[in-house]
Amino acid sequence: MISLPIYMDYNSTTPLDPRVREAMAPYETDQFGNAASRSHKFGWVAEEAVETAREQVADLIGATSAEIIFTSGATESDNLALKGVAHLYGMTRAEKLMLDSLAKAKQDGSIPNAEDLVPPKFGSVDLDEVAEKGANEVFASRGDHIITLETEHKAILDSAKRLEKEGFRVTYLPVEQNGLVNLDKLREAITPDTILVSIMYANNEIGVLQPIAEIGKICREHKVLFHTDAVQAVGKVPMDVNEMNIDLLSISAHKMYGPKGVGALYVRRRKPRVRLEAVIDGGGHERGMRSGTLNVAGIVGLGKAAALCKELMDEEAKRMIELRNRFWSKIRDNLDEVYMNGDEEARLPGNLNISFAFVEGEALMMAIKDVAVSSGSACTSASLEPSYVLRSLGVGDDLAHSSIRFGMGRFTTDEEVDYVADLVVERVKKLRDMSPLYEMFKEGIDLNSIEWAAH
Amino acid sequence: MAYNDKVIDHYENPRNVGSMDKEDESVGTGLVGAPACGDVMRLQIKVNDDGVIEDAKFKTFGCGSAIASSSLVTEWVKGKSLDYAENLKNTEIVQELSLPPVKVHCSVLAEDAIKAAVADWKKKKSAQSGDAQTEQAAEAEGQAEQRA
Repeated sequence: MISLPIYMDYNSTTPLDPRVREAMAPYETDQFGNAASRSHKFGWVAEEAVETAREQVADLIGATSAEIIFTSGATESDNLALKGVAHLYGMTRAEKLMLDSLAKAKQDGSIPNAEDLVPPKFGSVDLDEVAEKGANEVFASRGDHIITLETEHKAILDSAKRLEKEGFRVTYLPVEQNGLVNLDKLREAITPDTILVSIMYANNEIGVLQPIAEIGKICREHKVLFHTDAVQAVGKVPMDVNEMNIDLLSISAHKMYGPKGVGALYVRRRKPRVRLEAVIDGGGHERGMRSGTLNVAGIVGLGKAAALCKELMDEEAKRMIELRNRFWSKIRDNLDEVYMNGDEEARLPGNLNISFAFVEGEALMMAIKDVAVSSGSACTSASLEPSYVLRSLGVGDDLAHSSIRFGMGRFTTDEEVDYVADLVVERVKKLRDMSPLYEMFKEGIDLNSIEWAAH
Repeated sequence: MAYNDKVIDHYENPRNVGSMDKEDESVGTGLVGAPACGDVMRLQIKVNDDGVIEDAKFKTFGCGSAIASSSLVTEWVKGKSLDYAENLKNTEIVQELSLPPVKVHCSVLAEDAIKAAVADWKKKKSAQSGDAQTEQAAEAEGQAEQRA
């Protein structure tokens, strides 16, 4: 029996696993202690639970527990990684020019106490040395350049834009038609000024898995820090921060059957030891990188979710790939002019992003309204622009408007996959009967030969 | 986003979906929008000698509101004069379907589509047989107007 509505939007969020909820329950009731309270049992119990969770999360990605910083979610983790690295390791050109000016003012005596005017964030600066060699050389290791991808999540893109406003330079690498980064282009983009490369593990819209190990190797060779937003991939595919030379990695609990409002950032402690400037200041929790009383129940949930993912990963990934292939076969065998967006092989087990040519995405979502999916079409948002991710792949705007993302997960059944695939086939046919474009296509008219009036 | 009941009704039971022979001299065809913008409407009208729209058909590539807007327009113009069709305002569609601001462009497109269909029909008439018959057509239109 199929029960409606059917949830097929696992890339958006996932339901809380009952086992996770069970693990969290005591910390939402009797065990309410503050993990930072060192003087009584309530605090000790909370702290122990947090440390267990820290180990569970570390274990899933091949890290050590001291390298896990808990946050409010992946958006915060991404902000902390980019801004934290840029502010601690970087120096903008304007800042270097300012130091040059202060050095010059000290030399010519116009500002005798010029040293006092150097912002403390630069540490102790020898203005005489700066006057002699120039700030550019003295601070040669403090670059101002960051590399990321056009197809990153907004949490990365908007953090990068914020840093650009401060004077940092950002390269947004394009991706190939299959959604993957071109490693040669990455190598070419790295300059002596590059301090950080941030490339997502798996894309949230099209599910493609970037060649993380190769990217990590390139970054290590060039001595550039490497951050990956691994929100979609953690718990779904195996990963090891050491084998892959990952220095920073963002995690979200609610994408892996944990609760919303909690996440983590892995920050490498050895070879190299990565330091960050905090974004949120306060009581100095989480090694001073993220102040704020810990969300104990949420963290326990994240830990339990991580442990479950580790235990179930092999079996689950195998089942997801089967479901995905089953779904795609049904679609492809029964409809013409359908396209899978993103690489067919290098992709998340449970993700499918399909363009149904000549059918508009929102209309199709409305036609399958008892199935929860999302669309790359503009009409789902207030803006009229279709998905920037699909655009970056070179998918035409017409096909971008025709795309639907199907996300399958732990609680998706074979019956649901069959039901949704059959429904989609039926409704696409119905909408194509109503589509002037499909009729024209069938008549052999090249739609690109028509001069459409943009509106 | 929750849809208005009338939008859902038109979307689920679209009126007058179909095609007419666009070479037929009594048929006017309007094709507006662009695939890259996510909506294309084709609206066709069959006009009789009295200048009355005997039949209307549409096909639309677009969201639910775009489909509903075109469906509604075909329903409205059937049996009406060309003059009525030409003067149809998108605001009437917005009102009837309670379209939210982000969907107003769907109603604009539907207005454009019906106007383009009328213009196409007129162009055919004038090209078809010179000035004399254009006058006839204009006369027919005038009569239809009186009736409407």
